[in-house]
Amino acid sequence: MSNAVSAMHGATWSDGIADIAEAPLQGMITLRADMKDKAVKKAIAAATKVEMPGPGQANGVGDRGLCWMSPDEFLLLCPYDTVAADLARIQTALAKTHALAVNVSDARALFRVSGPAARDVMAKLAPVDLSPAVFQPGMFRRTRLAQVAAAFWMPNADTFQIVCFRSHAQYMFDLLKTAARKGSKVGAF
Amino acid sequence: MSTRLATHGRLLNKDRAIRFTFNGKQLKGFEGDTLASALLANDQMLVGRSFKYHRPRGIVAAGVEEPNALVNLGVEGHFEPNQRATTTELFEGLLATSQNHWPSLEFDVGAINAKLSRFMPAGFYYKMFIHPRPLWKHVYEPFIRQAAGLGQAPKGRDFDSYEHFYPFCDVLVIGGGIAGLHAAKAAAQSGAKVIVLEQTAHWGGRAPVDGGEVDGKPVDNVVDELIAELSEMENVTLRARTMGAGVYDHGYVLGYERLTDHQPDADGPRHRLWRIRAGQVVTATGAIERPLSFAGNDIPGVMLASAVRDYVVNYGVCAGDRTVVVTNNDDAYRTAIVLKNAGLTVPVILDARSLSEDSALVAEAKAAGIRVMMGHGVSKVLGGKRVTGVAICAQAGEGAVLEEVACDAVAMSGGWSPVVHLWSHCGGKLIWDNNFAMFRPDVDKAPKGADGAPFVSPAGAANGHFGLMELLGDAHAMGQGAAKAAGFEPKRASAPEGSCVDQAPMAPVWLMPQGASVALRSKSWLDYQNDVKVSDVQLAAQEGFESVEHAKRYTTLGMATDQGKMSNINGLAILSDALNQPIPQTGTTTFRPPYTPISMGAIGGEARGDVFQPIRRTPMHDWHDANGADWEPVGQWRRPYAFVRSGERVHDAVMREVRNTREHLGLLDASTLGKIIVKGPDAGKFLDMLYTNVMSTLKPGKCRYGLMCSENGFLVDDGVVARIDEDTFLCHTTTGGAESIHAHMEEWLQTEWWEWKVYVANVTEQYAQIAVVGPNARKALETLGGMDVSKEALGFMEWADGSLGGFDVRVYRISFSGELSYEIAVRASEGQAFWDALMAAGEDLGVMPYGTEALHILRAEKGFIMIGDETDGTVIPQDLGLHWALSKKKEDYLGKRAHTRTHMSDPERWQLVGLETLDGSVLPDGAYAVAAGTNANGQKNVQGRVTSSYHSPNLDKGIAMGLVLHGPDRMGEVIDFPGTDGKTYQAKIVSAVFYDPEGEKQNV
Amino acid sequence: MLILTCPCCGQTGEETEFHAGGEAHLKRFGPGSSDDDFQGYLFMRENPKGVHFERWRHVYGCGKWFHAARCTMTLEIFGTYPAQTLEPPKDLCDKISGKRPGWSWRTFS
Repeated sequence: MSNAVSAMHGATWSDGIADIAEAPLQGMITLRADMKDKAVKKAIAAATKVEMPGPGQANGVGDRGLCWMSPDEFLLLCPYDTVAADLARIQTALAKTHALAVNVSDARALFRVSGPAARDVMAKLAPVDLSPAVFQPGMFRRTRLAQVAAAFWMPNADTFQIVCFRSHAQYMFDLLKTAARKGSKVGAF
Repeated sequence: MSTRLATHGRLLNKDRAIRFTFNGKQLKGFEGDTLASALLANDQMLVGRSFKYHRPRGIVAAGVEEPNALVNLGVEGHFEPNQRATTTELFEGLLATSQNHWPSLEFDVGAINAKLSRFMPAGFYYKMFIHPRPLWKHVYEPFIRQAAGLGQAPKGRDFDSYEHFYPFCDVLVIGGGIAGLHAAKAAAQSGAKVIVLEQTAHWGGRAPVDGGEVDGKPVDNVVDELIAELSEMENVTLRARTMGAGVYDHGYVLGYERLTDHQPDADGPRHRLWRIRAGQVVTATGAIERPLSFAGNDIPGVMLASAVRDYVVNYGVCAGDRTVVVTNNDDAYRTAIVLKNAGLTVPVILDARSLSEDSALVAEAKAAGIRVMMGHGVSKVLGGKRVTGVAICAQAGEGAVLEEVACDAVAMSGGWSPVVHLWSHCGGKLIWDNNFAMFRPDVDKAPKGADGAPFVSPAGAANGHFGLMELLGDAHAMGQGAAKAAGFEPKRASAPEGSCVDQAPMAPVWLMPQGASVALRSKSWLDYQNDVKVSDVQLAAQEGFESVEHAKRYTTLGMATDQGKMSNINGLAILSDALNQPIPQTGTTTFRPPYTPISMGAIGGEARGDVFQPIRRTPMHDWHDANGADWEPVGQWRRPYAFVRSGERVHDAVMREVRNTREHLGLLDASTLGKIIVKGPDAGKFLDMLYTNVMSTLKPGKCRYGLMCSENGFLVDDGVVARIDEDTFLCHTTTGGAESIHAHMEEWLQTEWWEWKVYVANVTEQYAQIAVVGPNARKALETLGGMDVSKEALGFMEWADGSLGGFDVRVYRISFSGELSYEIAVRASEGQAFWDALMAAGEDLGVMPYGTEALHILRAEKGFIMIGDETDGTVIPQDLGLHWALSKKKEDYLGKRAHTRTHMSDPERWQLVGLETLDGSVLPDGAYAVAAGTNANGQKNVQGRVTSSYHSPNLDKGIAMGLVLHGPDRMGEVIDFPGTDGKTYQAKIVSAVFYDPEGEKQNV
Repeated sequence: MLILTCPCCGQTGEETEFHAGGEAHLKRFGPGSSDDDFQGYLFMRENPKGVHFERWRHVYGCGKWFHAARCTMTLEIFGTYPAQTLEPPKDLCDKISGKRPGWSWRTFS
């Protein structure tokens, strides 16, 4: 069906110190299992073809990625159109173990903050050390952005990718615009 | 008069004149001026009226400690009261007005208070206004409120924007003076990440004014070199115009950056609040000069000696042509020498000390031809709105005037106090230093951080070191020590060599002259901003307010916006003297953050306007908004209360929606209801513990309504549970319950039953959920087509996956209205499209969307309870007649043990009933039913209260639910509910099921 | 404002990322328990000046509950550990003994 639309219809904004854009719909699957269990590891590796991330990390291969959410929870990223197939594959792979895999693609909104001052924008909202020496591509952080829960990672050195609840999409978009407003570069990184 | 000098002014760009306005007068200054220096350059010494007595007040200081020069700045959305002229950088078009006077600064009616000052001593308000009691509320308080306060509160919306910023560093240095910069260098050389904050626009602090040499180079050049060097280092961030506002637990520090105060037309936020997390903090916050307490020390023209010097050196402004210097220490001699070198007249230096021999500075002043009178002081200052002279007396006596000297300025120095505020904020202790008569940090009792180790080091003047040599040594050591404590290896380097000037010891002088008469003491000001005099503190001590904390509150000493930066030590000394005890025994009050007031905007940060708080929107939010939604906040969510048509009142819309849903077809956006997946071999066992009824016996494909109680038995949530498969359940929660119930489940799984094999996931937002309700509900779904929704295929309390109109759906046949009803979940991304499809399918079936108020009325007509209406955190299922939902078979569930407590099984607990007014009117929501007699407080006894109350359009009368004493046993009885409108409502106790008691409409 | 290190995900974050959850190591009393035991479980709490054990949830992070040993006087954090235990780990107790000799809390010391 082509009825599916993202929360902000792909809104973009580039009138400040960084570019803000809502990313297109992204396939996301919440995976809960005992990640130390060998069978689980094998099943996930087989079903996703992505190496298991360690704490605070996100691994990606092609259009699939695995983000470390908690000791017993990963977030699998995949194309929106293949969620059903990916979910079925992973559920089959994990059928014999105690595990939970659910589609959460439509429960989330995804944003991109890009540009040389992207770190400035993020460091105005997250109580996290975002200096280049500390937070780098490959890392994954769950925290709050201003008043809402969010997780983010860096696809490259100038870009942050942010996941939040779909119902907070408008707030997040407005928040990022506010933090990126003209003349607000901090220059501390 | 105060005026601009042809020479001096190291901070000025004299090529760039700047125009500004003070009290309507057009004035001129230079780029680099502060408002204070520019006012002085224009001979505007009088800048305000004092708080209590409305005495004329002038500029006293040159920095943050300024108590008097508080002005209103800007207009409309840029208006801000109580801004210090001394820290306000001048910009083109600056608009300032003075405060606390009527009708004008020059002629102020309130100045009559000064004449009455004898009758307004400390505690005046407490003593005067306590009797007669009834007058307080209606006469005294409104009058005092009218007279109180300095500037006016801004009226309009703030036009500026603000933000927060979260930096992290190993060593944070607060203060960009010579000590701070050296400490930063010493720390940064270790490789530690260093941030340096300086509250002013300039680096170097006092050093460039006071002069001296470092490693043989003039200190001015050294500051420039240090800044160049630190700017080059990648691990150092330098930030001017950023004040260290407060030091808090675990290395949390607030920095207050003022970005556009000096350039209001620039883009970007006005203030930025730096929420810094530092491993170690070095407070190189300098010191503040103390005034001397002599009569008339508040007359405009009397200034701190250091400030007089700052104005000459930094801004090329002199406070007067003839300046008398009065001091108890050597430092003030620097002011006399600077003035003399600038070609100004210093008629006399009055030095309260008696020195056996001249120190270097004394000798230098004498050599410059300045008359020095040792052992002398000021008996009183002459003048009213401006100093005209001083009357000289012996310091030792009672103030007999020996000589009067004409002058237009007085430069006073009572010694220096280290700025220990930031050191003290988080628990750093102080010790009394007899040599300098000051409190300084006790470095052995530093504030401690998360690991229990000290995390704050004071450096330089803030640590009680005043000579360049000593100060730099201290700064170097503290910078290195901080880096080491943060886990870095400091570079082997020796401290820079500062030049040394031998100074004679200062002498503590708390009152001038020592034996000043009452008349003189009543004109000797301690706290300029709150108008507290020496005599007030003495009176407080005499009246028994002996604790420094009590004396402070009784006299208001140090409680103004400057937190007593100038007055604090002098006040304690007077109190100690009155109590006849040493100062350390009196102790000091504790400084609290912020160091100087910071803007409310900075505290709020980005949280204003659209992003004041997060608003949660369902996938159909925009449609609702475009179709007349009258929004109701439900937690962070916004839900349509009703869809109001053009020309319709909200109440009428609600009535229309209720009727239409009962008669035709209603659509409700139920997306906000919580949806939690519970999966695992132990999922059934787990839900049996969470819900009061049994969930493990539910068959896949079926739904069951359940109640959840907290461990102490009270109802916390309810909702329908659907069993998806053998291992998997989907639990619906209330709108407000999604996060809290998810957290509740995780808590029990993680902290009590961690062996149980259960995983939960909150999938609330994965789905848009739409309730299709009313006699035409099935027809609407059949119009869409794709799955069998007949009574046979999908019975009441069953669910099925399928397809409707081409959408993948999960359909729950559940009802919160008593009508034929389907709740349909689709992917959130398709929510709007599915809603559109339902609206189209229902077009010929009388479809209308309905809001939360219609939802409430529909459920109340059926006697269904609502969490948050019928429950308030003190209600148990038994109160609501829900005994049927409490399993007797289960050995245990959350709340079961609590229900056996005596108060929980008390038959006197109020019980749920329906209520019907005799005249058909609507009972006031929350009204109490009164019973005979009164309680111990003389109030009427109560026997129940209304929990929900509506007008039912289907029954055309008021219906209500309420909790009533022995309610179910009193059917038909009429009880009284007095309303707040003065009317008493009479209501009959009836069954809570008002509509279709047999459930015929739902079972079709 | 405190900083805490979550033992479950290893992140160190400021207090706003966490949610305080009251006293740690409560023993649950259910149906059949005496009134005294049940009252103790529901309502009676330690209020120490000094060493305290409490529950926290990394609510904006990994979502896990954990325990923290903290000094209520100085706010020093002695350590954090996962919630799936009935008592504080021995090495943490020893560490506290080094810093606060003679400490005791409920039945632990």
